[in-house]
Amino acid sequence: MVEVPPQTCCGQPAFNSGDRRTARDLALQMIEAFERFDYVVVPSGSCGGMIAKHYPELFEDDPGLSVRAQKLAAKTFELVSFLTDVLGIMQVEAKHAGTCTYHDSCSGLRELGIKRQPRQLLGSVEGLEMVELKDSEVCCGFGGTFAVKYGPISDQIVTEKATNVNATGAKTLLAGDLGCLLNIAGKLSRMGSEVEVRHVAEVLADMTDRPAIGKMGAST
Amino acid sequence: MSVHPTSHSFKDNASRAIADGSVPRALKNVRQNFIDKRVKAVDALPEFEALRESAREIKNHTLAHLDLYLERYEQKVKDSGGHVHFAVDSAEARNIVLDICRKVGARTVTKGKSMISEEIGLNGHLEAAGIVPVETDLGEYIIQLRGETPSHIIAPAVHLTKDQIEKDFRRVHTQLDPNRDLTEKRSLLTEARTMLREKFLAADVGITGANFLIAETGSSVIVTNEGNGDLTQILPRVHIVIASIEKVVPTLEDVSQILRVLARSATGQEMSVYTTFSTGPRRATDVDGPEEYHVVLLDNGRSAMLGTEFQDMLRCIRCAACMNHCPVYHQIGGHAYGWIYPGPMGSVLTPSLIGVDKAGHLPNASTFCGRCESVCPMKIPLPKMMRHWREREFERNLNPAVARYGLGFWAFFAKKPWLYNLSTRVAAKAMKLMGRNKGRFQSLPGLGAWTQYRDFAVPEGETFQAQWKKRAGK
Repeated sequence: MVEVPPQTCCGQPAFNSGDRRTARDLALQMIEAFERFDYVVVPSGSCGGMIAKHYPELFEDDPGLSVRAQKLAAKTFELVSFLTDVLGIMQVEAKHAGTCTYHDSCSGLRELGIKRQPRQLLGSVEGLEMVELKDSEVCCGFGGTFAVKYGPISDQIVTEKATNVNATGAKTLLAGDLGCLLNIAGKLSRMGSEVEVRHVAEVLADMTDRPAIGKMGAST
Repeated sequence: MSVHPTSHSFKDNASRAIADGSVPRALKNVRQNFIDKRVKAVDALPEFEALRESAREIKNHTLAHLDLYLERYEQKVKDSGGHVHFAVDSAEARNIVLDICRKVGARTVTKGKSMISEEIGLNGHLEAAGIVPVETDLGEYIIQLRGETPSHIIAPAVHLTKDQIEKDFRRVHTQLDPNRDLTEKRSLLTEARTMLREKFLAADVGITGANFLIAETGSSVIVTNEGNGDLTQILPRVHIVIASIEKVVPTLEDVSQILRVLARSATGQEMSVYTTFSTGPRRATDVDGPEEYHVVLLDNGRSAMLGTEFQDMLRCIRCAACMNHCPVYHQIGGHAYGWIYPGPMGSVLTPSLIGVDKAGHLPNASTFCGRCESVCPMKIPLPKMMRHWREREFERNLNPAVARYGLGFWAFFAKKPWLYNLSTRVAAKAMKLMGRNKGRFQSLPGLGAWTQYRDFAVPEGETFQAQWKKRAGK
């Protein structure tokens, strides 16, 4: 059974901006909202990494909260990792005609060890052909507020990413992190690229009849 | 050569580097090389992870007893006939070196590659006193000709292309045949060798850095690939080692452990071409070596890092793997960081040494992609420490007001789930209306910093939570 309790944000923007107090307030709010569940599933690697890796660090100096943070951390999983590593699902019933490429988001990859899981599941999608992205493990240049604080640098990084995406010849770029998706989709769109950008879940859930990110106008 | 930091102008420095384009272009030629070679060397050594762990432990242990090992090291250097000078800051270190040079009447000083020399601004200080410093590492030699500082801690001239270097050689080496062929990389190397050969023989003092100082034996260790370090420290009458205090390790065994991760992480070599140990001045039975052996130990803010959240940074062995894998460094090069140490290690170290008020941009100019930490042979949690600098800035209100107020405004909503849900719902609907039939915003009030470079996707009109509620209600 899946529930979606009232919630806001995991607090990562505050945490990475040096505002530890706000980060703790929001983390506590999350712990209270979610600690009664068996598992917490998150559709974005960086939010997952925040809860699973950084919450325990955030409450290091508070024995009581530290235990609660660790407990929540241990049962929090990124969506694709949950499907494969926890539920043991090795294939999905979905169709998607065309070539796809995959960007390994930094937090998912380096904090949560997500690499083979999405490829495993995507490999079972009917009609889908995977083509690997050059430098798929290199950051897309989003970095939260980095993208707006250091726009010119972020732009260079995402331009390189988008150029690599175009070079694959894939029809669709997939990833498992909302920040990266928004950033790469925005750059591809600005470059006039035809590549559509989707969350990997859209393909796995067989929902690619819906418009891709930033393409809503095109289909209505 | 100046040590005057320009880290406060990081944004301008970076934008200049991007607009000029030559630095990212030069880096693009070599960066994949560093990455591929490292992976190959690491993959070929099954115990690499265990060695990393052991290297980390050695340094952690040393840092926990740094005073003890420094004393032991000092005693051992004295026992072997050398001199140890402790310098609290750059000015003191510069003056100690100058005094030694003056005492022996030095006119020419050869130098092996040393980041500490760069940190204390040694060359300018010697020049002002009428002493000619000659850099003998090829990269350092090139940037000395150009009046630049290193842009990388192991490849100081990595920001330059071969054509630029050829131009510099033709400009400076005017005594050579102007029609000579310099098209091959090898010919540039040979020319630099020829020019340096006479300097090696003329030098009165040789100055080197140190990759390690060994407490057990009083030895200093340098790793190089060109052999210039050996000529620098063996030929002149006086050898001065300049090193920072955290370079000390307890034993020879410890050094051999850490050496196994150093070159692999740096250049992908199993070992550097030369690993040179030097202990004290020439003994009666030695065939060569200096008559005098000095070690200048620089603190310059490092001891103040002990016991703080930045202590782990003192484990750094200067392999440069972090900058070799940094997406930000790749786009802007090392000079943009505005001081001696660039890339992720610089973004943590520089605020410690020159103050976070002067270097606040550095720990902020990171996407926290974590690749630096994943390749660091000493397992230094670089993103975590950059975050600690952001915390210090936040506590002291050093970050820009607009960022602080923006964060506060957002936090006000984020702390109230009902308000957050309401406002995100309204925003999603409003943005859908605004962006009707467009799919994307090419400009958006308040988000100019985003839309200047990329489009912003128009939301589909409903938040996840609202859609979920609808679905559940069916």
